[in-house]
Amino acid sequence: MGVCCCKESKEQKLDEIIAKYKDTRGALIPVLHEAQEIYGYLPMGVQKRIAEGLNVSLADVYGVVTFYTQFSLEPKGKYKINVCMGTACYVKGSGDILNKLSDVLKIKNGQCTEDGLFSLDACRCIGACGLAPVIMINEDVYGRLTADDIPDIIKSYKEKEAEAV
Amino acid sequence: MSDFVTLTIDGKEVKAPVGSTVLEAAKIAGIHIPTLCYLKGINEIGACRMCVVDVGARSLQASCMYPVAEGLKVVTNSPEIRESRKVTLELILSSHEKKCLSCVRSINCELQKLARDLNIQDIRFEGEEQNYPIDDLSPSIVRDPNKCILCRRCVAVCKDVQTVSAIETMDRGYNTIVASPFHMPLKDTPCVNCGQCITACPVGALREKSSTEKVWDAIANKDLHVVVQTAPAVRAALGEEFGLPIGTPVTGKMVSSLKKLGFDKVFDTDTAADLTILEEGTELVSRIKNNGKLPLITSCSPGWIKFCEHFFPDMLDNLSTCKSPHQMFGAMLKSYYAEKAGIDPAKMFVVSIMPCTAKKFEVQRPEMAAVGYPDVDEVLTTRELAEMIKEAGIDFVNLEDESFDHPMGEATGAGVIFGATGGVMEAALRSVPYLLTGKDPEQVEVNSVRGEDGIKTAEVEIAGIKIRAAVAHGLGNARKLMEKVRSGEETYHFIEIMACPGGCVTGGGQPIQPASVRNDIDLCAERAKAIYQEDEASTFRFSHHNPTVKKFYEEYLGEPGGHKSHDLLHTHYIARENYPEN
Repeated sequence: MGVCCCKESKEQKLDEIIAKYKDTRGALIPVLHEAQEIYGYLPMGVQKRIAEGLNVSLADVYGVVTFYTQFSLEPKGKYKINVCMGTACYVKGSGDILNKLSDVLKIKNGQCTEDGLFSLDACRCIGACGLAPVIMINEDVYGRLTADDIPDIIKSYKEKEAEAV
Repeated sequence: MSDFVTLTIDGKEVKAPVGSTVLEAAKIAGIHIPTLCYLKGINEIGACRMCVVDVGARSLQASCMYPVAEGLKVVTNSPEIRESRKVTLELILSSHEKKCLSCVRSINCELQKLARDLNIQDIRFEGEEQNYPIDDLSPSIVRDPNKCILCRRCVAVCKDVQTVSAIETMDRGYNTIVASPFHMPLKDTPCVNCGQCITACPVGALREKSSTEKVWDAIANKDLHVVVQTAPAVRAALGEEFGLPIGTPVTGKMVSSLKKLGFDKVFDTDTAADLTILEEGTELVSRIKNNGKLPLITSCSPGWIKFCEHFFPDMLDNLSTCKSPHQMFGAMLKSYYAEKAGIDPAKMFVVSIMPCTAKKFEVQRPEMAAVGYPDVDEVLTTRELAEMIKEAGIDFVNLEDESFDHPMGEATGAGVIFGATGGVMEAALRSVPYLLTGKDPEQVEVNSVRGEDGIKTAEVEIAGIKIRAAVAHGLGNARKLMEKVRSGEETYHFIEIMACPGGCVTGGGQPIQPASVRNDIDLCAERAKAIYQEDEASTFRFSHHNPTVKKFYEEYLGEPGGHKSHDLLHTHYIARENYPEN
């Protein structure tokens, strides 16, 4: 995950990525992925830099960013919660899970908590249908959930944060 | 291997070229297949599924994409096919804003026509109606996403033909929308206002920003002296709005209708086209003689100018400083004509009838106000003029011919051909020999710069100087040519560039012909015929022979490129960012 914080080093990293892919066909999506790793999301300035660097139009870049749900125009939390809305998870009640998360975190789908700790998104099938309903928090997978499991899961991350301080 | 394959469509044997599509083969066989998103050469993506046919595959196929093959058996009409097309169309209609009665494209709407053709009498699905904001902040183009059917023709023409890419399909699924990046208004994008998206749109999702009310108000205002001028391409297409065949010149009827609408004077922009040739020709000769910046590039097309300001800001010094003809004319009207006629320029209202939507942007440029007032007050497209004529109940087709008013109405054939690609170059090449040697060339026509090749080149020897000239139309072609010039791969003395493919006759403000016509008829060639006919029939065919223009110089301007000319008729350009800072 991206750890650098200063603007210059982020831009430098982005330019390196663009340079790496510059002459590759179909470079846009991998560049967007790596750019999102650095920035956590894809603000206009980043998209403009990618458009100029890859010699494609900003309209093209923005079209791709808004087509794929993995790409985000909004900043993400330190812990990115993705609630799977694939068919299996959906019928197993992932809608309730999403609502519960929304209640507990006091944010809507697509938003980020004020302290920047959690962001909440509904996503497409993550391929763990056997564990439905499933959520992911960063790279960790939680399966066979009920809405009642949610408060404890969130609590565990909050505690982890408190310890780190 | 033969270059043709034989296939069967609805039981009829057809020979079609290898590599053609089933849709094209059906056309050869005289079999009609309905289409909606298909626009020949521009948008061939099989998106709308209206042209589906049965080729024996497990599902129906889009005939605009499906390649012909030897022995292929195609069925274009069966209960399954008819039902499939109807369901698709009803789904499109289910979320379409059906305000047809007050839609600018009513009667000339491809969706409306298709609904009748497919005999849609009831829409079985009730979709959620979209409620997007209308973008009407551009001085030229209004976008209404609620009427958009996502055919992507506008995207294709903006991105692939014009290489501007101001719009794209954004988001996905039901939320898909054609928009600018970050949903910015068009005015904040590199949109050059060419309006090719408008003429490509099958429905009313794109239209020009209307100026008809402002012009009606001006005409009704007794304190204003309202003067109108008409561009050469307008007369070559206006008749289409009244059912006349494509390519019918209607100059006399157009003038007559403008007088009936109540304009105080009706003048011809062609007069100023001749003036442009003298100014621009003089600029060219001066740059050649004095080792000035070459190539000199024409500046008549405001779409091209904005394109250059966005994408070739390092080459603005190559642009001719000449204003476009209608701006020159506006400046002359509010100075020379105002003085002569004893009219206060503050009480003069100049309207330009143009085949162009970018002119609506151009008149608002702050540089375009030579005598303290805008050179031109309002621009109407050819379509808007037709709207006003219809609104006034004028029987256009049966009008008697009338002539342009004097003292500003005289023009030459050289001025008329400005409306077709290569026309400005040809007019210039007719006059440059005179400017260099004082003699006219023996051959009037310059055929090498006529026609529809994207980039045309010519070499003409005048007074021992080999003048290398190039002509590009359509901004994709302009970009190619400019990149060669920028890299030094090609060198020219003089370049003509028109933003719209085909030049002004197929400008973004011209009558809209549906895909069913555009796919079969070369609009540019047909309309250009009207223009070249008028040139051939002209008494004067050299800009420098124009008696009115001679008078301008004798009585007022002094000499081409002189001090007064520079004040009134020349301008400057600015480098533009493609998007605002974050």
